[in-house]
Amino acid sequence: MDASGFGSPPKKTWVGRSVPRLEDLPLVTGRGRYAASVSFPHQLYMRVVRSSHAHGKILSIDSSAARAHPACVAVWTAADVAHIPPIEFRPTKIQGLEPYRQRVLATERVRYVGEPVAVVFARDPYIAEDLAELVAVEVEPLPVITSATQRPGQFEPDRDTEPVVIRKEFGDVKGAFRAAHAVIELDLAIGRHSGVPLETRGAIARYDAQRDVLELHGATKRPHPNRDMLARMLGRSPTTVHLYECHIGGGFGVRGEIYPEDVLVCAAALKLGRPVKWIEDRRENLMACNHSREQRHRVRAAVDAEGRVLALDDEFFHDQGAYVRTHGARVADGTASMLPGPYHVPAFRVAGHYRLTNKTPAATYRSPGRFESTFVHERLMDAIAQKLGLDPLEVRRRNLIAGAQMPYERPLTVQGEPVKLDSGDYPAHLEKVLARVRWDELKQEIARRKTAGEAVGVGIAYFLEKSGQGPLEGVRVTVDTTGTVELVTGAASVGQGMETVLAQICGDALGVDYRRVRVVHGRTDVIDYGFGANAARVTIMAGSATHIAATKLKAKAIEVAASHMLEATPEMLDIVDGRIVRKDRPDGPSVTLAQVAKELLPAAALAKGRTPGLTADGIFECKHEAFPFGAHVAVVKVDRETGGVKVERYLASYDIGVAVNPMLVEGQIVGSVAQGLGGALYEEFVYDDNGTPLSVTFADYMLPTAHEVPDVDVLLTQDAPSPLNPLGLKGGGESGITAVGAVIASAIEDALDAPGMVTQLPITPQRLERLLRERRA
Amino acid sequence: MSNETDIILTVNGAQYAVRVEPRRTLADTLRDQCGLTGTNSGCEHGICGSCTVLVDDEPVRACLMFAVQAQGRNIRTVEGLANGEELHPLQRAFIEHHALQCGFCTPGFLMLGVSILEREPDIADDALREALSANLCRCTGYKNIVKAVRAAASEMRARSATR
Amino acid sequence: MKPSAFVYHAPRTVEEAVATLASVASQDGRVIAGGQSLVPAMALRLAQPAHLVDINGIADLGRLEVRDGTLRIGACVRHAAFDRPVVDGPLGRLLSRIARHVAHYPIRTRGTFCGSIANADPASEWCLVAATLGATMIAHSARGVRTVAEPGYFKGIMTTALRPDELLTEVRLQLPAADTHWGFNEFNRRAGDFAIAMALATYRIEGGVIVEPRVGVGAVESQPQRIREAEAVLQGQPPDAQTFAYAAARASEAVQPIEEQPEAAAYKRDVVRAVVRRALEAAEKQA
Repeated sequence: MDASGFGSPPKKTWVGRSVPRLEDLPLVTGRGRYAASVSFPHQLYMRVVRSSHAHGKILSIDSSAARAHPACVAVWTAADVAHIPPIEFRPTKIQGLEPYRQRVLATERVRYVGEPVAVVFARDPYIAEDLAELVAVEVEPLPVITSATQRPGQFEPDRDTEPVVIRKEFGDVKGAFRAAHAVIELDLAIGRHSGVPLETRGAIARYDAQRDVLELHGATKRPHPNRDMLARMLGRSPTTVHLYECHIGGGFGVRGEIYPEDVLVCAAALKLGRPVKWIEDRRENLMACNHSREQRHRVRAAVDAEGRVLALDDEFFHDQGAYVRTHGARVADGTASMLPGPYHVPAFRVAGHYRLTNKTPAATYRSPGRFESTFVHERLMDAIAQKLGLDPLEVRRRNLIAGAQMPYERPLTVQGEPVKLDSGDYPAHLEKVLARVRWDELKQEIARRKTAGEAVGVGIAYFLEKSGQGPLEGVRVTVDTTGTVELVTGAASVGQGMETVLAQICGDALGVDYRRVRVVHGRTDVIDYGFGANAARVTIMAGSATHIAATKLKAKAIEVAASHMLEATPEMLDIVDGRIVRKDRPDGPSVTLAQVAKELLPAAALAKGRTPGLTADGIFECKHEAFPFGAHVAVVKVDRETGGVKVERYLASYDIGVAVNPMLVEGQIVGSVAQGLGGALYEEFVYDDNGTPLSVTFADYMLPTAHEVPDVDVLLTQDAPSPLNPLGLKGGGESGITAVGAVIASAIEDALDAPGMVTQLPITPQRLERLLRERRA
Repeated sequence: MSNETDIILTVNGAQYAVRVEPRRTLADTLRDQCGLTGTNSGCEHGICGSCTVLVDDEPVRACLMFAVQAQGRNIRTVEGLANGEELHPLQRAFIEHHALQCGFCTPGFLMLGVSILEREPDIADDALREALSANLCRCTGYKNIVKAVRAAASEMRARSATR
Repeated sequence: MKPSAFVYHAPRTVEEAVATLASVASQDGRVIAGGQSLVPAMALRLAQPAHLVDINGIADLGRLEVRDGTLRIGACVRHAAFDRPVVDGPLGRLLSRIARHVAHYPIRTRGTFCGSIANADPASEWCLVAATLGATMIAHSARGVRTVAEPGYFKGIMTTALRPDELLTEVRLQLPAADTHWGFNEFNRRAGDFAIAMALATYRIEGGVIVEPRVGVGAVESQPQRIREAEAVLQGQPPDAQTFAYAAARASEAVQPIEEQPEAAAYKRDVVRAVVRRALEAAEKQA
C-alpha cells in the first residue's frame, strides 16, 4: 500500500538490472559511425606539419614546394591564423597560467616534438600526407628540459617554466613531525602515460552558408563548453556553432578537449568554403594527444607508535609538458587534494610544482591525480608497516576513516569545492574484500609456494575515488504519439553505455520499457546547455536529471489521463509498461502514453487550455561530488632472472552506492584495471635527452593484451548510497584504475621479500631486474 | 592519380569495382571506396587488429594489405556476418555478455573470433585467450570478450550437433 | 600514416620477377611477399620504395617440401604453415614450437618465412633458426642462381649478403638426426612481441655426454648467431644443471649487445643467461 491507500500493480523495474545495452546493435553489425566515417561532398583533408624539434626558434617555414603541387589547395602557418587567440583553459582560481597557453599553430617557437607548425589541405589524405612532407621547417635549437625535477628554464624571455606552485595546508604539521614516533620518507615516481583510446582523434568541420552555421563533427566529452570556447575563439555567436557527437572510440579523458586541430578545421571550413576533415594517425596520437600522470613525489609521513598518521608532508613535481592545456592545473590540484585518500590525516602540507617541459602537453587521464596520489598514500601505508614491524592491513585499519565519521569534511578544496566525503564505511568494506579473497588462506598458499622457490606475492591497496562533477545537468523527456520516449541531454557518450543507463532510470521513473527510450546526446543544436561526459559524472548528473524529468512527465501524463480520459483521480493511477492504469484494477481500462501525447498535440491541448506536448524538463544541480571507494588485491609472480612480472590473480572491489546496471559497472571496472596494469607495468612515453619521443608506435607504447590481463574478479557493493542525489548514485567511469599501480608495486615487493624496492612506475622488467641485481651485489 | 588502376574486390559475396592507386590499403579501400565502414583503422601499422578482415577465411590485417593485392580473393567483413536480420551467434554473444563498450575494436574482434571458431571450434581456454591476444581492446579488459567467444563456441557446437 | 606512392609489379614467374628487379632495384625497388614488416615501415615512411615487386602470384614459390634430407621452404610459404609440424622429426616440432612466437596468427597468415630471412631483423625467430641450424639460401637474379650459406648470409642489422636485384626464392634447412634434442626459449614483455632475448639450442647425446652442440642467441646482437663459447662448454659434458649454467654464463659474457647504454647492455646479458639456460633445460626434457 502506498500513501494513496492503493497498492501498486507488479511491474518490471530496470534500475539494478544488468540489461543488454541499447548501443550495441549498430556496433556489432559494422554500422558504427566514428569520426572517420563522416564525409561530406567536396571535403578537403587536413594534414598537420609537426615540429621535429623539442625546443627551438622557428627561423623559416618553406611551403613553396607544397604550394607548387597541383593537388595542394592551401598551406597555413601561424600568420594565417594570427587572429585566433590561444586555447583557453577551464575557469580556475589558480593564477598565472594565461601566458603558457598554446596557439593553434606554433608562433616564433616550437616547444615539443609533435607541436603543430603548419597545415596543408588537399582532397585526399594520401596526397595531404605527401604534401606535408614537402613543407620544410627550419629551427634553431634551444635548450631542452625533459624533467620536472630539474631547475625550471626559460619559457620565453622574462618567464620561467614553473607557472605555479600549488600549496595546501592544514593542521600543525611542524608539531606533528616533532612529536612523531617515526618519520617515513619516500621518493616516488609515476611514469608518463595516458588514455590512448583505440580510435585516434578526428574532427570534421563544415560551414553551412544557408543557415550560417558552423558544424563540428567528432566532438565529445563536453560539447556545450567546447562549442562556447570555439565560438569565442572564432568570433561567432554560440548559437551559430553546432557540435555533433559520432560514435566514440573511447575517451578516457583525452578525447573531447579542444585541441589545435579542432580549431584549425573550423577556421579552414570557414575560410576555404569546403568541409575540412582531419583524422589523426596513431603516430601523431602518441605524440600530440594529451599525455598524463608523470609526477615525482618526495613525501614524508609522521606516525605514532601504532602507525597512525600524524601528518603528511609532500613536495611533488608535475610534468605538464610544453603548454598549459584546457585543464589548467587541475590534475596537479586534484593530486594535492586527494593525497590523504581514505585516511584520517590530522595535519597536511603539500607543495605541487607545476612545471613545463619540452614534451607533449599533459591533462586528465582516467582518475586524474588519484592514480598518482593513491600510489603515494598506499606506498606510504606499506612503508609505515615495514618501518614499525606491523601488518600492512592493520596499519590501514588504524588509519582508514571510520563509517561513523561520515560525512567527513577535510579542510581542503579541489577546484574550489571543499572535500567532503559523503558516505562509506571504509573499514567494513576492507573486511569484505579480505573475506572475498580469503586473505589468510591466500597468504598461506603464497607462503607454501615461496618455500617451493617461487617468487610469488600478494599486495593490497585501498583507494578513494571521486565522481559526479557538477555543476548541473539537464534532461528533457518527451513522449511522441507512437509512445516512443525521447530523452535529450547535454551529457555526452564516450562509449560507456550512458544511453542504456539513462533509459533504465527513465523507464523506472516514467513506467516504460527501457527499450522504448531513445537517448539523444552530444548535440548542441537540440539542447541549449550541457556539461558532457567526464569525471564519472553522467550517471549521477544526467541520471538524476532524468529521474526528475521522468517523474514530472509521469505526473503530467497521469494528470491528463485523470482529467478526462479515465475514471480516476491522479492518486489512483500508475504507469505500467507505457499504459496508465488504475492501481486497483491493473487489467482494467487504461490509456497509453501515446494516446495522452495525442491529447497534447497543439490543437487538442490548446482547446483544453493546456500547454502542448507531453514533455518535461529536469535539471539536477549538485556542487558536491560523491566519493566511491574500494580496494584491490593482486597476486603476481616475478621471474627473478628477467624481471618479468605475471599478474596471476586480481580482485577489484568498488562501492558504487547504487548500480543502475551492474554489468556495465563491472565492465568499467575490468576495463580500467586493464588500463591500470598498463600504467603499472607496460606503458610509458619515453623521451631521449634531446626531447625526442621514443614511444611513437604501438610497438614501443605497449598496451596490455588479453594475455597480460588476468580474468579480473569484481566485488561490486552498494553499501554506501550517496545522500547527494535522489537515487543514491555514485559514478563508475573511473572505477578500477586508481589503485592498480600501488597494488602491483606492493605485490611485487611481497614476491621478492623486498619492501620499499618499488618506487617507480612502470615496473619494467629491465628496471626490476636491475634492482634485483643491485640487491644481490 | 597517374598510376591508378581499376580492380574488382569481392566482399561478402558482392563485387565492388573501384579505382585505386597501388598504395591504397585494403582497409582504406573497403571504407572509402566500397562504403563498408564497419572495418576500423586503429593504428595503420598492423598491431592493434581493429582492421581485421577475413581473406579466403583467414584473418588478415587489412591495413597491411594493398587493395590491389586483394583481387580475386574472397573478403569477408563484419557487414557480412549477420544473415539479414539474424545475427551471427558471435554478435549475439557480444551483446549478451557486454563484450563491447565503445565498439571500435569490435569488428576486428568479431572477425578474429569468427576465424578462430571456424578453424578450431573446440579450442581450449588457454589457447583461446592466446589467440584473442592478437587484438587490442582499450575498454573492456578482455574478460567479457573471452566469455562471449566461449559462449558462441558452445552455441555453435550445440547447433552443429543437432544437425 | 599512408605510404608514399610506388609503381606496382605483379610478376607471374620467377623469371619475370628477377627481370623486373633487374630494372627497378637501382631505383629503390623492393620485393613484397607477406608485407607484415615492409608495409608498417612504409606506413611510417621509414621505407619509401619507388617500386614494389609483388611475388605472391608466383605459384612456384609456394612450395614446401622435403628433398634430399633438407626441408625446402619457398618464398611464399607463410609463417602459419609451420603452426603444425610440416615434417616428422625434431625439425618439424621445433619449427612448430617456434612459430607460436612469431607475432600473432593474423600476421602469420600473410607473413612469410623467407621474408623474415630476407628482412634480417635481429629479433626474428626464423633468422635465429637459420643461424643456429645453418640454413642455405637460394637467390635468383637476372644473372642466374646463387647459393648463400649461413654463416656468411647475415651481415648485421637488417643486412644480408643478398644483392638489391636478387630474389630470395628458397631457404633450405638440413633435417637433423632423429635423436636430436632441441630447446627454444624466448623472453618478451607481452604475447607476440619481439623478443628481448631468445635462444635455440640443439645437441645429441652420445655415451651420456653432449655432442654436436649448437647454441644460437637472437634479439641481442646485430644478427643472430651461434655462440661458440657456450657450445665449447657443452661439448663432451653431461647434460646437467651445472653444465647448462656454465654454458649460459659463458653465452652471457660472450654476446655483444646492440645496446650501447651500459645499463641496457647489462640487462640483455642477464636475460641471455636465463634464456640460454632455459633452452638447454627444455632440450634435455625431451626423451
